[in-house]
Amino acid sequence: MSILLFIEQVLNGLQFGVMLFLMAAGLTLIFGVMGLINLAHGSLYMVGAFAAAAVAGATGSFLLGLAASLVAAAAAGAIVEVAMIRRLYDKDHLDQVLATFALILIFSEGTRWVFGSFPLYLDVPSWLAGPVTLPGGIQYPAYRLAIIGIGLAVAAGLFALIRWTRIGIRIRAGEADREMIGALGVNISALYTIVFALGAALAGFAGALVGAIQSVQVGMGEPVLILAFVVIVIGGIGSIKGALVGSILVGLTDTLGRFLLPVAFGAFLDPSSATTIGSALASMSIYILMAVILLIRPTGLYGSD
Amino acid sequence: MRREPLINAAILAVLLAVPLWAWWTDEPFTITLATRVVILALAGVGLNLALGLGGMVSFGHAMFFGIGGYAMGILASQAQDYEPLMEWPILIEGTKSMPVIWLTAIVFSALGALAVGALSLRTTGVYFIMITLAFGQMFYYFAISWPAYGGEDGLSIYVRNEFPGLNTLDPIQFFALCFAILLAVLFFMSRLAKSAFGLALVAARQNQERVQTVGIGVYRLRLAAFTISGAITGLAGALFADLNRFVSPTMFSWQTSGEIMVFVILGGVGRLYGPVAGAALFIVLENVLGGLSEYWHIYLGALLLGVVLFARGGLIGLLAGREVAHD
Amino acid sequence: MTEPILEIRNLCKSFGAVVASEEVSLDLRPGEIHALIGPNGAGKSTLIKQIAGNIAPDSGSILFEGRDVTALDTVARARLGLGRTFQISSLAMGLTVLQNAVLGALGRRGRVFRFFRPVMRDRALLDAARDALQQVGLEDFAAWRTADLSHGQRRQLEVAVALTLKPRVFLMDEPMAGLGAEGSLRLTGFLNELRHEAPILLVEHDMDAVFALADRISVLVYGKVIATGTGDEIRANPEVRRAYLGEEDAA
Ligand SMILES: Nc1ncnc2c1ncn2[C@@H]1O[C@H](COP(=O)(O)OP(=O)(O)O)[C@@H](O)[C@H]1O
Ligand SMILES: [Mg+2]
Repeated sequence: MSILLFIEQVLNGLQFGVMLFLMAAGLTLIFGVMGLINLAHGSLYMVGAFAAAAVAGATGSFLLGLAASLVAAAAAGAIVEVAMIRRLYDKDHLDQVLATFALILIFSEGTRWVFGSFPLYLDVPSWLAGPVTLPGGIQYPAYRLAIIGIGLAVAAGLFALIRWTRIGIRIRAGEADREMIGALGVNISALYTIVFALGAALAGFAGALVGAIQSVQVGMGEPVLILAFVVIVIGGIGSIKGALVGSILVGLTDTLGRFLLPVAFGAFLDPSSATTIGSALASMSIYILMAVILLIRPTGLYGSD
Repeated sequence: MRREPLINAAILAVLLAVPLWAWWTDEPFTITLATRVVILALAGVGLNLALGLGGMVSFGHAMFFGIGGYAMGILASQAQDYEPLMEWPILIEGTKSMPVIWLTAIVFSALGALAVGALSLRTTGVYFIMITLAFGQMFYYFAISWPAYGGEDGLSIYVRNEFPGLNTLDPIQFFALCFAILLAVLFFMSRLAKSAFGLALVAARQNQERVQTVGIGVYRLRLAAFTISGAITGLAGALFADLNRFVSPTMFSWQTSGEIMVFVILGGVGRLYGPVAGAALFIVLENVLGGLSEYWHIYLGALLLGVVLFARGGLIGLLAGREVAHD
Repeated sequence: MTEPILEIRNLCKSFGAVVASEEVSLDLRPGEIHALIGPNGAGKSTLIKQIAGNIAPDSGSILFEGRDVTALDTVARARLGLGRTFQISSLAMGLTVLQNAVLGALGRRGRVFRFFRPVMRDRALLDAARDALQQVGLEDFAAWRTADLSHGQRRQLEVAVALTLKPRVFLMDEPMAGLGAEGSLRLTGFLNELRHEAPILLVEHDMDAVFALADRISVLVYGKVIATGTGDEIRANPEVRRAYLGEEDAA
C-alpha cells in the first residue's frame, strides 16, 4: 500500500517538475539569448491561465482554452517585448528587475481590474477527469498523467527546435555571440521578439494546464516564478538541459519532502509534532537543496564557467 | 553646487513638521502615516547599503524585515501570555521592553544576513538576485507552515511595547522614538559611506578587480555590508511590527522585498536620503492614488517604469542633479 | 649571483586550441627590469595574469621570494607584494583620482574594516596617495573624476596605485601604451629609478623604452619563450630576427 502511495507521490513530483520546466525553460532561454532577467514571467503564466479559463468558460471547450492560453501569452509577450522589454537589454540587472517588477504590478492590477478579485475555475475536461489504472494497480488521475506526457513532449519539442531548426540555430548563435549574428545579417530584434514570445507561450501554457488543478487567480504566477528561479540556480543559467534536470529535482524534492519528512519524524516524535516539524522543514527542502548545490557548484549543475 | 544636503535637510524638516502639525490639530492617523514613512525609510536605508553602496541587488530583504518583526512578535506574545520562551537549558522569558526587542531583532537579522549572504555572495549578477529572492520565499513559507506563532494568520500583540521614560501608546511619542532611530542610523550611514570600509565597498561595486589587485578581498567586504544592511532592515521590521502591533508572514513576502526596493529606487539609488524620500513618496502615492482608484498599483507600476527608463537618479536625482557625491 | 625574487617554472596555459603559455620559465632578480616582448597575441598578458593570480595555469608553478604561490588568489598575492598594472586600465571610474590612490594605500595598510573615521581625512593614507600621484605627474588631477581622465592619464594612475602598494615586485602590462612620445620618455626615466625600489617585470611594445631600460629581455612567441638575454644578445639572436622581421630562413 505505502509503496503505491510512494509511486503516486513520485508521479506528483514529476508532474510538478514538468510544469516548472515550462516556466524555467522560457526564463533561461530569455536570459541566455537576451541577457534579461524577467520577473514578469509569472505574469505571463497568469495571462495564460486567465485566457484559458475565460475561453473554456465561454466555449465549453478545454482544448480551445489551451489554444487561447498559448495565443494570449505569446501575444502579450510579443507586445510587451516590443513596447518595453527591448529597451532593457542594454541596461543593468537592477533596471531589469525594477522594470519587470513594475510590469508585474501593471499585469496583476490590470487582470484584477478586468476579471475581479475572485478566482476563476477551469474544469478538467470530462474525457480526462477520471483516474487511470497504471501497471501495478496504481490509480492515478488521468489529467495529471496527461500533464506529464504533454510536458515531456514539449520538452522534447523544445530540444528538437533548438537543435535542428533554423530559428534554433540562431538562438544558439545568439547565446554564443550576440554582436556576431547581427553582423551576419540576422534580424536580431525579430529574433528577440520571437524568443520572448516563445518563452511567454510556454509560461502561459503551463499556467493553463495548472489552472485546471488549482484556481486561476491574480498572483498565481509569482510563487511559480520564484520556484523557477530555484530551478535555474540549480540547473545553471542559460542551460535548457539544466532547466529540465533542475525542474525534476525540485519537483521531486518538494513533493517527496512533504510526503516523507512528516513520516520520518513520526518515527521518533509524537504524530502532531512530527507533522508540524516535518511539514515546516518540507517547505524549506528545495531551498536547502539549492543552498547545498550552491556550496558545491556556485554556477549550477550545467552552468558554464 | 551642493544642493543635496539642502534637499536632505528639507526632507527631514517636512518629515518632522507633518506629524507635529497633525499632533497640533489632533489627527493621529497622519502621525501614524508619518511613522510608517520613517520605519519604511529605515528598512530602505538598510537595503541601500547593500544595493546602493555595495551594488548587491538583493530581492530578499523582506526576510530581514520579517525576522525583525517576528523577533518582536515572539518576545512580546510570550510576555503577554506569561509563558517563558524556553526553560531549558536556560530560562528565557518574553519581554515587552523595546530596547531588548530591538537588540534581539538586530542580532537575529544580522545572523540571518550573514548566513544568506555567505551563500549568495558566492555568486554574482542574476544568480544573486534569484537566490536572495528564493531565500526570502523560504522564510515566507517557513513562517506560514510553523504553527507555534500563528502560522498564516500571524500574531497580534495587544499593547505596544515599552520604552523607559516614554508613553509609546501616544502616537507622537512613538513617532519621535522612530524618528530618532532613523536619524541615528542615517548618521551612522553617512559616516560609513565616507569610511575606509565605504570607500572599498564603493570601489568594489565599480571595479571588483581593482580592489582585489590592491590586496583587499571583496567577499568579506560585501558580506560585512550585507550583514549590516540586513541588521538595519531587521530593526525596521521590529519597529514596523510595533507600529501595527501585528506580525504576519506577509512581512517576509517577495512583495515586501519589492516594495523596500521601490523606496530605494524612487528616492534615488546610493543617495543617503534616497530611501527616506522614496518611502515618503510611496506612502503619499498610496494614500492619494489609493483614494482615487482601487487599482493604484497600475499607476505605481507606470511611475516605476518611468523612473527606470527615464529618471535613474530618482526623486533626489531630479532635484539635486545626477552626480552622486563620493567624498 | 643573487637569488631571483620571482621565479616562473614551466608554466602552461591553453584556451581551447590556443596555447597561450607553453613551458614558460623566467625569473626576475632584485634591482632589475626584465622586459617581456613579443608580437600581439603571443601570451604576454596571459602570463602576467597568471603571475598576478587572475587566471590559474594548467600546470607549472610560480615562486615568489622562494615560496610557491601558485595556489594563492589575487588578493593574497597582492598582499605578499605583487604590484600589478593592467594593459586595459582597471580603475574605479566613478571615484576621484585621489580616491583611487587612497584605495591603494588602504590596501597596503590593511585595516579596511573601519566604519566610522573618514578615510579621506586620514593623513597617512593621503600622504602616501599624494606622493604616488606626484611621482607619476598626476598631482594636479587629484580631484578629477577618474572617468574624465585621458587614456594616458589613466595609465599613469594605474602606475600610481601600484606605487602606493609599495610592492616587492612590479608587474606592468604595457604602461606606456597611449602615453605619447613625451609621456613615454618621462615614464621611462621614472621606471629607470623605480627599479631600485623593486624589480619590474615589464611588458612593453615601445622598443625604445625596452632597450633603454631592460637589463634582460625575454621574447615570447606563440606562448613560448624563444630567447632571453641582454638587449644586444636579443638584437643579435637569429630566432628573434626571424620572428620579428620575418628574415629569410637560413634552414
Ligand atoms: N580568456 C581567454 N579566453 C580565450 N582565449 C584567450 C583568453 N585570453 C587570451 N586568449 C588568447 O590567448 C592568446 C594570448 O593573448 P594575450 O595574452 O592577451 O596576448 P598578448 O598580451 O601577448 O597580446 C591570444 O590568442 C588570445 O586570443
Ligand atoms: Mg597584452
